[in-house]
This record gives sequence, C-alpha cells and structure tokens, in this order.
Amino acid sequence: MDGEKLFTLEIVTPTRIEFRGEVKHVRAPGVAGYFGILANHTPFLTTVKIGALTVQAKAETFYFATSGGFAEVLNNKMTLLVQSAEQATDIDVRRAEGAKKRAEKRLAEKNPDTDLERAKAALLRALNRISIASRN
Amino acid sequence: MATLRHIRRRIASVRSTQQITKAMKMVAAAKLRKAQNRLESTRPYAGEMAEVIGHLAAQLKRKKHPLIEQRRKQDQICFVLITADKGLCGSFNTNIIRRLDGEWEACTAPEKYLVTVGRKGYDFFRRRRFTIINHYMDVFKELEFKHAQTIASELIRLYTAKKADRILVVHSHFKSAAQHEVVVEQFLPIQPVIRDRERFPVGFIFEPNPMKILDEICPRHLDVQMWRMLLENNTSEFAARMTAMETATENAGDMIKELVLFYNKARQAAITKELNEIVGGAEALKG
Repeated sequence: MDGEKLFTLEIVTPTRIEFRGEVKHVRAPGVAGYFGILANHTPFLTTVKIGALTVQAKAETFYFATSGGFAEVLNNKMTLLVQSAEQATDIDVRRAEGAKKRAEKRLAEKNPDTDLERAKAALLRALNRISIASRN
Repeated sequence: MATLRHIRRRIASVRSTQQITKAMKMVAAAKLRKAQNRLESTRPYAGEMAEVIGHLAAQLKRKKHPLIEQRRKQDQICFVLITADKGLCGSFNTNIIRRLDGEWEACTAPEKYLVTVGRKGYDFFRRRRFTIINHYMDVFKELEFKHAQTIASELIRLYTAKKADRILVVHSHFKSAAQHEVVVEQFLPIQPVIRDRERFPVGFIFEPNPMKILDEICPRHLDVQMWRMLLENNTSEFAARMTAMETATENAGDMIKELVLFYNKARQAAITKELNEIVGGAEALKG
C-alpha cells in the first residue's frame, strides 16, 4: 500500500510546540475548504480557519480543535502556525460550554458596544471545541 | 565602649541588607526560570512565522506588500526603547539607554521620535530633548500577549499613517542567564529572511494568493515579534537582577567579614587596655 509514505508535521502555537512527528495524512480547514496533505505534496501555503484538524500518524489518529492561522507545506514538511490547537482528549468541555453560552448571550443582547465579530469568532471557537471533543 | 557598639550596629545593618539582597536574588532566579520557559516556547513560533514571510516575499518580486516595502524617503524614524520598570539590576537599563543614545546621535534623519516601553527609559528621556510620542508603563508587572498586540498595532498605525518611515527597536536579547546583549532590530518595514534562492521551489501554491496571505500574516507576525522582544527583555532583566543581587550578597559578606575582624581587634585592644590599667593600678598600690 502506498499509504505508508510519511512526512513531517509540526503544529506550532505561540505558547508551545503542540505536535511534532512523522505522519501519513493531515486534513485541515483551509480558507477555501478542508484540504488533505499526503507525503511529497507540492509546496503549498494557505490560511487556516477555525475547525477540526485530523492527523493520521503511523498507528493512531489524532483530532485537534484549531482556531486559525497558517499552514505551509515545503520539502515534505508541513508546518501549522496556529493560534491554538487542542487535542480532542484535552478539551475542557465545560469551559467550552461556558464560552458558548457567554458568546450567545452577547450576540442575543444586541448591545451596540459589543464587538460582533469577536463574539461570533468566540462562538465559533466554542462550537468547534465541543464538536471535536464529542468525537472522542 | 562607644566604638564597639557602633561596629556591632553596623554589622547588624549590613547583615539585614544582605538578607534582603539574598531574598531578591532568589525571587529573580524563580522569575527568570518562568520567563525563560515562556521565551523558549515563543521562539519557534516567531522563527517559523518569519520564515513563512520570507517564502511569501520571495514570490512577490515586483509588487511588494506595504508593510514590507522599503520607502525611498527616510525622513521620519521612530525608535522604540524597551527597558525595565524597575532598577536594582546592575547596568541593565543604563546599557540599553546608552545604546539608544548612540543610535539616536548617529541617525541623520530630520525627524526622530521615541516610543518607550518600561518606566526606566521613560523617566530618563522625558527630562531630555527627546520627543516621546508614546510611552507604555507597567507592562512588565504582568506581561501578557495582549500588551504586545496593543503596542504592535499602534506602531503599525504609526507606520501606515506615514508618521514613521522606519521603526527600530532597541532592547536586550537574552542568550543565557549569564549573557544578554543590547540589540537594535528593525520592526517596520519587515525585513523578510530570504534563504538561498536557488533551492527555492517553483510552482508554490498559494491560497487564496500571496498578497492576501501577507495581509493576514504581517500583523500577526509583528504581534509575535513584539511579544518575543518583550519576553527577551524581561528575561534579560531577571538575569541581570539575579547577577546584581548575587554580587551584592557577596559584597555584603566581605564587608561583614571585615567588620567582624575589626570588631574583634577593637575588643581585644579594649581588654588589653583594661588589663594594663588594672595591673598598673595594682603596681601603684604596692608602692
């Protein structure tokens, strides 16, 4: 099977290196929709949206919730520069539920002072976390 | 005897000072460890970001992004000075201030501005002829990413409003607990690191396109660079304070040793004198 070809993946966030290792396949949320990367992909650079990140390593599959950033594929190495990336098992669902409620309340209030874009982004991040946590 | 009591009092005073410097040293060491961890986890992200920008910039040969393009006119230069909020860290602040002074004198642009981060730099330059257009204080009390974002976005605004043609940051670069040096880094326009051109691949795919990606990545990059520089400076500050307090503790120890020696000598002299007096008195009585 050809699926055994590997490439290096690095998920870097401002506070730490979240993942580093050899993987078979990565699925990530790009600006133009989800995209998949296999070994020996052509050089590629894109912006990444809030969404689910699926990483197929040699034996296991990891799910991450990401909140946007950039992805670069070059010389058989993929670098994900993202604001945050949390593994499904590490997600604090209760906190995400709280964030969801807060964001919904803020959007429902229709207060002219609230930053709508920010509240919407917060809601999206919370929903994303909840949906990925439930996969596990 | 009065002098004996004086010496004793001085020893006690030096001892309590030593206790304070020792405590400060330990606090600085603990904070240094924390700051160093934060810095070391930020460096990879900042480095990768700079590299991605390099790749993007290499693609756009003729058209340049407004935050990357070097302006032909270099009339207004903005200096950003990062110092600590507090002293008691040896020559740490003085070194940064002196470096800025040198750069300022060497700069021939007709208009020069200063933006200060940290209390010490602000206190020093506000009394002099320098034009300080903005200052940030107490950011190091509880350093957070949002501080870097605020500073970076205000600097970007300054640059895009054409109030500055170049923005330089003077700060301390952290190497190790024993080594840190003052450096000058160009903040804007961004200088992309372009590594050897020949190995650069053709047929790079960009989504949506290089310009759009740069629009998004440049401000993020600047936030992260500012954050990194604040952390570098903060970590160096703790390292400098730790060294300064270590030296102070040692010096206090030397001083105590000397004073104790002096005290013992004085005490011995007093005893000898008293004995002499007693013997002398007894001799006199014998007649």
